[in-house]
Amino acid sequence: MKKLAKTINVTLKVWRQPGPEAKGHFEVIAAKNISVHMSFIEMLDTVNEQLTLDGKDPIAFDNDCREGICGTCGAVVNGHAHGPQKATTLCQLHMRHFSDGDEIVVEPFRARAFKVVKDLVVDRSAFDKIIQAGGYISVNTGGAPDGNAIPISQEIANKAMDAAACIGCGACVAACPSASAMLFVSGKISQLALLPQGKPEAARRALSMVKIMDTCGFGNCSNHRECENACPKELSIVNIARLNREFFKAGFLSDEILPVDPG
Amino acid sequence: MQLDAKIPAGPLTDKWDRHRFELKLVNPANKRKFEIIVVGTGLAGASASASLAELGYHVKTFCIQDSPRRAHSIAAQGGINAAKNYTNEGDSIWRLFYDTVKGGDFRAREANVYRLAQLSNLIIDHCVAQGIPFARDYGGLLANRSFGGAQVARTFYARGQTGQQLLLGAYSALMRQVGAGGITLFPRRELLDLVLVNGQARGIVVRNLISGEMERHAADAVVISTGGYGNIYYLSTNAEASNVGAIFRAYKRGAMFANPCFTQIHPTCIPHTGEHQSKLTLMSESLRNDGRVWVPHNPGDIREPQDIPEEDRDYYLEQKYPSFGNLVPRDVASRAAKAQCDNGKGVGLTRCAVYLDFADAIKRDGKDTIAKKYGNLFDMYQLITDDSPYEKPMMIYPASHYTMGGLWVDYNLMSTIPGLFVLGEANFSDHGANRLGASALMQGLADGYFVIPYTIGGYFAGTQLAPVSADDAAFKDASQSATENIAKLMSIKGKRTVDNFARELGQIMWNYCGMSRDDAGLKKALRRIQDLRAEFWENLLVPGTDKDYNKSLEKAGRQADSLEFAELMILDALDRTESCGGHFREESQTEEGEALRDDENFSHVSVWQYAGYGKRPKLHQEPLVFENVELSQRSYK
Repeated sequence: MKKLAKTINVTLKVWRQPGPEAKGHFEVIAAKNISVHMSFIEMLDTVNEQLTLDGKDPIAFDNDCREGICGTCGAVVNGHAHGPQKATTLCQLHMRHFSDGDEIVVEPFRARAFKVVKDLVVDRSAFDKIIQAGGYISVNTGGAPDGNAIPISQEIANKAMDAAACIGCGACVAACPSASAMLFVSGKISQLALLPQGKPEAARRALSMVKIMDTCGFGNCSNHRECENACPKELSIVNIARLNREFFKAGFLSDEILPVDPG
Repeated sequence: MQLDAKIPAGPLTDKWDRHRFELKLVNPANKRKFEIIVVGTGLAGASASASLAELGYHVKTFCIQDSPRRAHSIAAQGGINAAKNYTNEGDSIWRLFYDTVKGGDFRAREANVYRLAQLSNLIIDHCVAQGIPFARDYGGLLANRSFGGAQVARTFYARGQTGQQLLLGAYSALMRQVGAGGITLFPRRELLDLVLVNGQARGIVVRNLISGEMERHAADAVVISTGGYGNIYYLSTNAEASNVGAIFRAYKRGAMFANPCFTQIHPTCIPHTGEHQSKLTLMSESLRNDGRVWVPHNPGDIREPQDIPEEDRDYYLEQKYPSFGNLVPRDVASRAAKAQCDNGKGVGLTRCAVYLDFADAIKRDGKDTIAKKYGNLFDMYQLITDDSPYEKPMMIYPASHYTMGGLWVDYNLMSTIPGLFVLGEANFSDHGANRLGASALMQGLADGYFVIPYTIGGYFAGTQLAPVSADDAAFKDASQSATENIAKLMSIKGKRTVDNFARELGQIMWNYCGMSRDDAGLKKALRRIQDLRAEFWENLLVPGTDKDYNKSLEKAGRQADSLEFAELMILDALDRTESCGGHFREESQTEEGEALRDDENFSHVSVWQYAGYGKRPKLHQEPLVFENVELSQRSYK
């Protein structure tokens, strides 16, 4: 059979930074006898086991579901957020895409709005703040009409689902030359603006979420499309166009007034 | 001790209505005076946090991840059941209730399950209103599909990411309340102890996973919704952070644990490839709707699947279960796969896999239709294995996926500790000995959106609560002992890493307390666990410090809990000498090798009470009374 257990040796050049205020540096670490069936995260596990046994501090990195859906993991690998493989999170990037002897540069997702916590771990709580500002439909539990009361065309439902597929990993921000969070924000704004249930609040939502995005320190969209390219769920920049439309519509045509900065 | 499940009187269909009427209410203006701690932000915790805050309670919500959006409910793929009968196939609340009780092999409470079926419809309505992009038919109405163990299509879905979409809905509702000031959010915190004052749950001690600081939080009630303990097997479909810690610490403080041996093995996971592997990836069992399961007829047939002609293939599920075929419940499908592999008919690298073949479905419906239904699952499979299911059958093998056991709760979802409520997978209440597909999401959201908001009010309205502060002695003591425990883990400085211990414990549990169990094996496992635990406290190596982000230290604390909890699972599995649902005792099977229940002796919930470290816990029983369904031997033939 073709997939017999094959191993490779690679050299990691990995970012080490003890804390948010500390100065970071690259450290060279050898990763030996790495099975090509390992995910990148499992390779880091293997390296960490060795570092631990050698009495050294293991590489700190976030991860959880290890199946590409929770959005916890992420690092910039050889200059690409989540690595060179398209539509793939770091936990689903397999070592079969690397060759024996490769040098692999591993860095955290860098952005002004994402402070480094330790090594490859970053603080992405700014994303929660943006959702908090309007990434919802204001319905309390109880009192919803029957699920089939409002038909929604398959096309609209599909577009909403495409936009809703975002896992909030932050790769779009890390890939963007100006560390913009437009793709992330546009996913939620699109999903909710497309659906009839989300229309009543569409204007307020667009203004409020964009405002918080700005105050969190994310940059402006510069139309490089790097975000779309890095997105593990392949969110399209069509969503950004939709966000812009919603934002301008809200700014020019609605009575909504920009909310006061909640600080 | 007499366990009172507080099941309301009256006919099954009226119990919940009647109970809601009889529950005392808290005046809206008084709700803001109560503070509630919610631990965990999966479907149950996020929906509970949001709903309680909407009512005016002040909620403090804790999660182990960096954001509540990342809880492991997010990984549920297939869908959520509801008794809407939109498909006109004769579904009803009663049928969903019956299927769930039967699927659980008659080891769940009738009243709880009926309520769950009733609430299922409200969940769909609420989620649609939240903007969840459920799949739709051409006419714009909600689409349904059928799922393992059901003969009607009652499963609602959002592509293959239903859990993600439902969780993000609940997360959005939660974040809306954070913005409105009703919820204070504490991410990257791990519960290390539950604090009782006057016998009531009044707070928690958590560790800040970034700074290592111990934090104390007081409240009027505590809600735990931290999921299950499937990670005890090491290789499972659970996320890295999923762990038994919170419910185990509550157990040690007096919350009794029900049916710990009831675990579910999921039949459709991607087979493992080697030692390095950290988790198993589940493929939604909706795949069994169109995929056909088979192995070669002849053991040791190593031809590529496409080279094996029809007459040399054994479609063993279709053969053995003609009416349910590939859609038999999870435990039946899992054991059947194991039996084939044990007989040498397994396929793939490790010979521990069976085929799930879509060739016929693609021929019948076309590649586009199949891609529309399962495209993302096929992509995921290809990403991991480097094989395309469009061209070659998938390979699957069972893996630990869900745990039906959990903290014992009454009809109000309150544990044996007053003021401690337990929701979702963390409790034991609705799935009996086996959970049906697409029912976990239903239960998590039912508990959080539609049960706890009423029952917690009933508790507050009928309970005297003394004022407490997080500076009280009980809090300081709990915090102190948690700190000492951490220091102990750091100080061992042995030679084995925590992952190494976890792997060994996992292997013991998988081999002796996994898909099938027997007396000798369980006893052997018990001894091995005790030895391993002794070694753990002498030979553990935790790197770094306890003052900053330290994954190894986090895992060490959880592993210490697992090494104790594993013993409880084994004791329960030993005690229950019958087979039922996911609990298969070799000694109790039919001539055809099916699980054989012993209703005479085991028609009860086994409820374990902690008796101190190293002491045998005390076993209590809650008898299960079936007034509305007739106990039958499950047959899916």
